[in-house]
This record gives sequence, C-alpha cells and structure tokens, in this order.
Amino acid sequence: MEENQKFTVSVYTENNIGILNRLSAIFLKRHINIESMTVSKTEIEHVHRFTFVVIVTETQIRKVVGQLEKQIEVIGAFYHKEDEVIYQEAAMFKLSTDHLYDEKIQSKLKLRRAHIVTITDTFFVIEATGLKEDIDRLYEKLKPYGLLQFVRSGRIAITRTKMGISEVLQEFN
Amino acid sequence: METLKKEIQEKKYLPSIKIKGAEAVIKCLLEEGVNLAYGYPGGAIMPVYDELYKYKDELHHVLTRHEQGAIHAAQGFARVTGKPGIVFATSGPGATNLVTGIADAQIDSTPLVCITGQVASHLLGSDAFQETDIIGISTPVTKWNYQITKASEIPEIIAKAFYIAKSGRPGPVLIDITKDAQFGELDFLYEKCTKVRSYKAIPKFDINKIKEASEIINNAKKPFIVWGQGVIIGKAEQEFKNFIEKTGIPSASTALGLSALESKHPLNVGMVGMHGNYAPNVLTNECDVLIAIGMRFDDRVTGNLDTYAKQAKVIHFDIDPSEIDKNVKTDVAVLGDVKDTLFEIVPLVKKNNHKEWLNEFHKLYEVELEKVINDQLSPTKEGLTMGEVLAAINRETKGDAVIVSDVGQHQMFACRYADFIRTRSNVTSGGLGTMGFALPAAIGAKMGVPEREVIAIVGDGGFQMTIQELGTILQTKAAVKIVVLNNEFLGMVRQWQELFFDRRYASTIMTNPDFVKIAEGYDIKANKVSKRENLGNAIKEMIASKESYFLEVMIEKEDNVFPMVPTGASVSDIRLS
Repeated sequence: MEENQKFTVSVYTENNIGILNRLSAIFLKRHINIESMTVSKTEIEHVHRFTFVVIVTETQIRKVVGQLEKQIEVIGAFYHKEDEVIYQEAAMFKLSTDHLYDEKIQSKLKLRRAHIVTITDTFFVIEATGLKEDIDRLYEKLKPYGLLQFVRSGRIAITRTKMGISEVLQEFN
Repeated sequence: METLKKEIQEKKYLPSIKIKGAEAVIKCLLEEGVNLAYGYPGGAIMPVYDELYKYKDELHHVLTRHEQGAIHAAQGFARVTGKPGIVFATSGPGATNLVTGIADAQIDSTPLVCITGQVASHLLGSDAFQETDIIGISTPVTKWNYQITKASEIPEIIAKAFYIAKSGRPGPVLIDITKDAQFGELDFLYEKCTKVRSYKAIPKFDINKIKEASEIINNAKKPFIVWGQGVIIGKAEQEFKNFIEKTGIPSASTALGLSALESKHPLNVGMVGMHGNYAPNVLTNECDVLIAIGMRFDDRVTGNLDTYAKQAKVIHFDIDPSEIDKNVKTDVAVLGDVKDTLFEIVPLVKKNNHKEWLNEFHKLYEVELEKVINDQLSPTKEGLTMGEVLAAINRETKGDAVIVSDVGQHQMFACRYADFIRTRSNVTSGGLGTMGFALPAAIGAKMGVPEREVIAIVGDGGFQMTIQELGTILQTKAAVKIVVLNNEFLGMVRQWQELFFDRRYASTIMTNPDFVKIAEGYDIKANKVSKRENLGNAIKEMIASKESYFLEVMIEKEDNVFPMVPTGASVSDIRLS
C-alpha cells in the first residue's frame, strides 16, 4: 500500500469569482480533507495562486493535480513534497496585558522569533511566523496564560527549484 | 481623430449597435450558427424569450414539457450532429432541473451551452423568489460556468462559452444571466472566441511518442484495440479505419464508441465491458499490446483493475492529459486529437494481418453465439426477447438508423445487438446512466438529423421518467419512433437482485398504465405486440410510418443480459450464464 504523505499543491489561476469553489470541489469529490489553504496574488498581475496542503498518496495527488490543471481558468497546477518547498505559516496570539511583563513569556518569544505587535490596556498581540510545528509549540507554551484569541494562516510556500509555470506566466506579461 | 477615422474605414473597428442584453443573447447564438434551441420559459428568463419571439424565423425554439426533457433533447441533438446543444431555462427550479442532463453531458463529453435566467443582481443572495445558486450547484458538473451581471459582458462570455463547449474534450457550459443584465443595454459587437489563455484545448502531439507507439505496435504479436467515443468526437472515423485496416488489429468498442466503425467490419470484434462480447473481454487479458483510442477506462469497461490487461503494454491515445494513468497505467501516452495522431501513425505502422490472433476472437465468438446470442436472436421459448426485437429492427433499417437507448437491460441489448453502418448512430447515456434520457434525446436527435430514422429504445421504467415529452412530439411533430420493451420490471436492478440478492425483488415490480392509450392520447399512432408472429410486421409498420410511432413490445419478464462481468470481477472471468 502506498503511504499518505503531506503535499503542497500550488494552483495558478485567473482571478475570477467561483474558482475556489471549482478547485475545492475536486478535493471534495475524492473525499480529501484540505489541511490548509491560502490564496494570494502572484508576481504576475491578475494571476492568483492557491496553496493547498493535503495528506494523500502520491498517486492520488497526481490525479488531483491533473483534474485541477484541467479547469478552464487554471493556468497551471503542481504538487510538491515537503523537502521540495520552503514554507511558512503566520499566527497571532491575543493575551491579557496582565502577562505583558512576565519574563517567561518574553524569553519564549525570543526563542520562537515571535514579537509583540500591539499593546493596549487590556490585551496585547503576539505575532509569530514559522513552520506549523513551531507555531504549535508556541501555542502550547502560551496556552497556560489563557489565550484570548488564537489565529493562524494557511501555509505559504516557495519552491526550491524553478517552477514550470514561469515560462507560461511570462507569456501573460 | 484622423487615425480613428482611418481605422474605421479599414474596418479595424467593426461598427457596433446599442441593443438590450436579451437581444444580444439571441444575436450571439445566431453568430454561432445556432438555429435550434430547447427550453422552458419562466420569470427570470422572460426577456430572452421575448426576443426568441421576435427572432422566431431565425432561431427555432422547442418547448419541451420539463427542463430535463430540454437538456436531454439538446444532448441528443449534439450527439448526432457534433454541434453544441442549446438549452434555455429560468432561474431556481428551471435551472436545477437541468442538473442531471448537465452531469450526463459532462461525463459523456457532450457539448452544450445552457443559458439560465437569474434574479436581478441586486437581489442575489437575498433568497428572492426562484433564486438558486446554480453556479455553485453546477460547478462540479460543468466544463465551465459563469454568471453574467452586466449586459456588456454578454457577447464576450457567450463567445467563450461556445469555444469552451466545443473545443478539446467537449462538455457542458452554463451561463447564468441576471434579469437586469438581460434588460440592460450594450454596444453589440461579436467576435468569435478562438483562444482562452489559461486553457489548452488540444495538447500538441509529440511525434516521438507516435514513433514509440508505432514501434511497439509493429513488434506486437497479439495487439488489441479498444476505441471509444473520442474517435467520433474527433471526427476521426476514417483515420481510425485506415489505421486498423493497415495493421490488421482486432478492434473492440466501448458502449459510447459504437457506430464509429460499422458493426460488420471484419476487424470489429464487438463491444468490451460489463455486458460486452465474450471474446474482447476474455482476450483483453491475453493481448500483448493494448491500444486504447479516445476512451477513458471506465470501471464498466475494465472490471477489476488489478487484473486488467496486466500482461500487456498499454498505449493510450487521448486528448485529455488527466485521463492518462487515471485508471490504467500507460506505457506510451499519445496525447492529442486522435484525428491528428492516428493520421500521423498510419505511415509508421507496418502492414499486417493478425490472422491467427483474429481467429481466436472468432472462436470465442462461436462460444458466445451458441451460449448466449442464439437464444436471444432466435429464441425457442415462448416469451419475446429484447434481442429479437433489435434483430427485427436491424432487418427493417439495414443498420441505418440512429438508435437512442435509455438505461438498463434494454440499453445493453441495444448496444449488443443493434447493427450500425454509419457513425453517430448510437446515442445512449453511458457514464451517468440516466434513466429517462432516451425519449427526449431521440426528439433532439431527430431534429438534428431529420433525414435519418431515429428510434428510441426504452424500458417501461425509464419511459415513465420523461413520458411527458410525448407532448413535445405532439407539438413539434418530430417523427421519432419509440419502442418500449416492457418486462414489467426495472429489469437491470431485478437481474442484480436475482443474481446477488437472492431474488429479493425490492421495489422493482412495475404496475404500468396502458401505454398505447397514453401515446394515442398524444395523437401518436400506437401498437402493442405480445406474440412473436406479430413482431416483424409491427416493426415494419413502425419503420414505414412517416410520422412518430409508438410500439410497445411485451418481453419475457425475467430475462437476463449476458455475458456479464460481475462487479469486482476480472474481465476474463466474464459469465456466459
């Protein structure tokens, strides 16, 4: 049996309404859970990039990417294994100002390359960027202080090698 | 200013005129050469219908009795002509009633342009009367869809819709137009779409792949071809024939590929799949090279994939890259339009005749003839068989009819026993298996090729799913011949209950109305046959009729379709009884 693994799927599309629905339907049809998703613009104007993270077999992801690629407004779709991408997630933690001068928190923040972005009378907000595991660890460390709010982004990723899409996108420019 | 004048004189800018969105819709269709559409009016599409009234001499609209009837008719039209079928429906239920037909067209690669009305754009999301998110609903089953909220978008989007529906691997496109966009004004200027930058309709073929494929084919001892509807869609029947006749390779069809090659061609060894012929199924697992042409290895074709043609090298010709390695691992993938790739490969393949290998197909055919076919075509038991009805139709039509079948036992009998001498003659709901498809699809097919005989073969179950379309025949006088093969059962489900559920006939027994009276109620000449001695004359009378004709044939109640590859079994373990 082929084993499941984590894949980052990059999909370059036209910036039109409804594409998200069309792409997510392809995962839904195959009963695949989307672990995270980010949409952003790209280096090319009017071209958007969807970054999905899913845990499936390589055979499955190859077929899914084939179906994604087939959609009319998709310019290109690719999948990458974990070692083929450099990736990050962002997170924000809202804590009570009571803990602001807690030295333990201060040292944890230094360790995790996190920093404080806002301070008010009642709360302060910590922002952190890193791997999912880094954010998870920071979450565990901060949880005992009583998180007022916690939010994290989906994965954003950049490939180590040149993307096959580059030439296609150049034609669009 | 001077340059602009000059450019206008040189017709760099075509003159445009201000018209309403609804009129623009009709003008776009006329620009695309459309003169026939199917549909059903309603509130949100009324501005378009008002224009249809004005343009009725140029664009004929067929009012069906249900939106599902409209879309199946459009599918029938598209399948026999190769042109996109056009459907209009209103918002809400009008649009949702199209969904089955859209899904059917998507899985069977049928070009359709569906135009639905939508509530005014300021009401979107307000749960207005007859508002439904048809874009969301239809997304997974359309090749493309788009909601127009401004009149000015209409020409460009409709041009794009036609291009996408027709090009590459065809499919259904749905355009939803808000009512205010239909009323709004625009400067009308139509330009056909020839390119969508993010969409590659036809992958460029790689001559090296064709060379690689030809080498494998030239060295093959037992090559075998399975062709599908791609040959028909690609209008590659002649290229396909040249290829098989030069190489002498035995060739079998999928259900949707039928009629691309005449049934009696010496290299045509029948149909593959669950109820296909014995020889091609068994020998799939003995060939040394399997050449798949414009087909997608549906599970009804392959049976258990773990034991499907494992001994063979697989060459797959297809236009859709996502079909490569989807179900069956391919050794050489030849991407491209089969019309081009088959044309290119013919000079590279050696002339051959695989006489001994072909003979193996003939030997197994004899087995099937004795164990299955003779009982169907020349039965000795009292009850009529579906096979003998098809044989009687063959005798009268000489194989030159469009056979439109519904879904179930009769469909498999039609695919197995109907003779075809011309392409685009087998219209059936293959991938989706939509009961109720045949009657409206036959109406659309007849309108697409009025000079041809069009015969709907329907079961007593499926007939009642869209029986209201007899009203469309009444109103349009479409000269469709309808044969209901009545076994008073949902026959295919009953067969499975008999074989796999210990004959527990849960909800498959049908208490039917008097179909002849119903047909007569719609002013359709009707007849009923229960005895063998009357069958031949009844079919003769039906074919001779210049008008629509309804024939009900009472069939042996518990007859089964064989051969059969049970679900999960290997194709070579096909059962003869």
